[in-house]
Amino acid sequence: MPAPTVKLIAGVAALLAALAAPFYLSSYDLSLTGRFLALSLTAMGLVLIWGHGGILSLGQGMFFGLGGYVLAMHLKLVALDVGEATPDFMVWSNVASLPWWWAIFRNPLAMLAGVVAIPGLVAAGLGWLVFRRRIGGVYFALITQAVTLAFATLLISQQGYTGGFNGLTNYKTLFGFTLNDRLVIWGLYWATVVIVALALLGGLWLLNSRFGRLLRATRDNTNRVRFLGYDPTPYKIVAFAIAGALAGVSGALFALHAGVISPALVAVTPSIEMVVWAAVGGRTSLAGAIAGALAVNFAKDKISSVVPEGWLYILGLVFILVVTVMPKGLAGLFAGRRKALAQAAALEPETAPAPVKEAAQ
Amino acid sequence: MNVAAAPTTPLLELQNVTVDYDGFKALNDLSLSLMPGSLTIVIGPNGAGKSTMCDTIIGRVRPTTGRVLLRGEDISKLREDRIVGLGVCRKFQTPGVLVGLSVIDNLAIAATRDRRWWKSFSVKGPAESRERAETVLEMVGLTERRDVLAGELSHGEKQWLEIGMVVATDAELILLDEPTAGMGAAESTRTAEIILRLIGKHTVLVIDHDIDFVEQMGGHVAVLHQGALFKEGSLAEVRNDPDVASIYLGRPRA
Repeated sequence: MPAPTVKLIAGVAALLAALAAPFYLSSYDLSLTGRFLALSLTAMGLVLIWGHGGILSLGQGMFFGLGGYVLAMHLKLVALDVGEATPDFMVWSNVASLPWWWAIFRNPLAMLAGVVAIPGLVAAGLGWLVFRRRIGGVYFALITQAVTLAFATLLISQQGYTGGFNGLTNYKTLFGFTLNDRLVIWGLYWATVVIVALALLGGLWLLNSRFGRLLRATRDNTNRVRFLGYDPTPYKIVAFAIAGALAGVSGALFALHAGVISPALVAVTPSIEMVVWAAVGGRTSLAGAIAGALAVNFAKDKISSVVPEGWLYILGLVFILVVTVMPKGLAGLFAGRRKALAQAAALEPETAPAPVKEAAQ
Repeated sequence: MNVAAAPTTPLLELQNVTVDYDGFKALNDLSLSLMPGSLTIVIGPNGAGKSTMCDTIIGRVRPTTGRVLLRGEDISKLREDRIVGLGVCRKFQTPGVLVGLSVIDNLAIAATRDRRWWKSFSVKGPAESRERAETVLEMVGLTERRDVLAGELSHGEKQWLEIGMVVATDAELILLDEPTAGMGAAESTRTAEIILRLIGKHTVLVIDHDIDFVEQMGGHVAVLHQGALFKEGSLAEVRNDPDVASIYLGRPRA
């Protein structure tokens, strides 16, 4: 079978298995799967910018957080009882009236637009500032990490507006649906599967387009691209903005599944974990990003329940192993297997005439 | 460009260009002009400023003093990609192909005229640039390697591919920095054939060390020494010049 056919069959099978999951997974495992699929969108963004653009961002947590907080603000506002002007934590912090930048997200459409556009535009702005100056590599990684640290610190310090260290939690309804209703939980899970599938298809198209080729060209040889008459800067900015928007959607979906968004979920350590998901999956493979996000997070859940203190050490070890032993990640394992199969198939016809040659000698 | 009409204004003109690196003058009051459709070969000992001259033309290095005129317009302050947009393209000394893309995609990226990012959201790109990429692919003799990743090509093939990319941009002025570096005699000959086919349609400036190759090319020779133009003329004139021999041997000829 040609490779595209195999991929198509595997993709459809995986989609069907994912859609049918509510019927064979426990509600606990289903909840985890939904969460981790949501996280895979962030990993897909990293495949785009890191794997294909050569831009390592250690700050995807910030974009994830922007999406998550925008959604959570909407949920907190629709959860208000009649007569309540501000969410509970604002009352505790003596914030009497709702700031305008909270109030606009009461509108569901503004919330939906904000989840995609705010992280996307912040990423574009940061990218414009940095890539225009031709800053890249480790400097860029450090800048993104510093900005993320500042973002998390800001969230914690502005308790009256952000809920501080506890973040935003206690959601009730979304678009009128009660969030802890079983059918709504299933619907949310299916919506997540569909969004991840659409992001995968869109991402595959993008990487195959001229934009994707130019992004890889810039990664491999920025100067050659520049001296072929292209300005590489906008290509990097757009890729970074798309990755930021994906992380925003990822954060919003995660907040819905987990019922909480807080600084601990968006700070520096989670941002590094996001890079590990992409690395484990194979940093140039979008399907690998999904596999990586699921594998690392399920491992985290199982291992943390056995050795709660050990997870970070294991995560570090996994990262070192992936980088040194299997730089192409999980996707590399499958590609290697496919290549071996293809070679075996190609060798078959030649095995028959070989004895004849020997006889002739 | 009508070659037969013997053009009188140069396509490119370096006017008293000096590039000063903290006191070291990589180019020292260099003036040189290239006529449309001509072939100029630049030779000179190591450190004579040949590559810096190319860098200055394409905007990678900015002149400390002096001007770079393309069709009479000063381009020495323009951004690199804008200079390419005006029709100047350069092949680098070490092959600068896009290793993660196929040979034909390398050429197609080079051949695309509209290089704005929002035009890049299509899989195939404009038909006109795809056709040009196929034509150039044949011209540089890489038809059989069309769908191979550029990173998997041999050294010589990479050099031809990069020459092809430069040609595919349809630049009027083509700068080739040591196109035969690392090539054997047969490969060099083929490179000379490829380059000779460009002359007339393009204005070509070649930097090279290999005197056999320079002989195959013919054309106008400029000798650079210590960042300045030292001698100009036909290969025979330059070759028989005692001063040229002395700078290559590093001591005055007796």
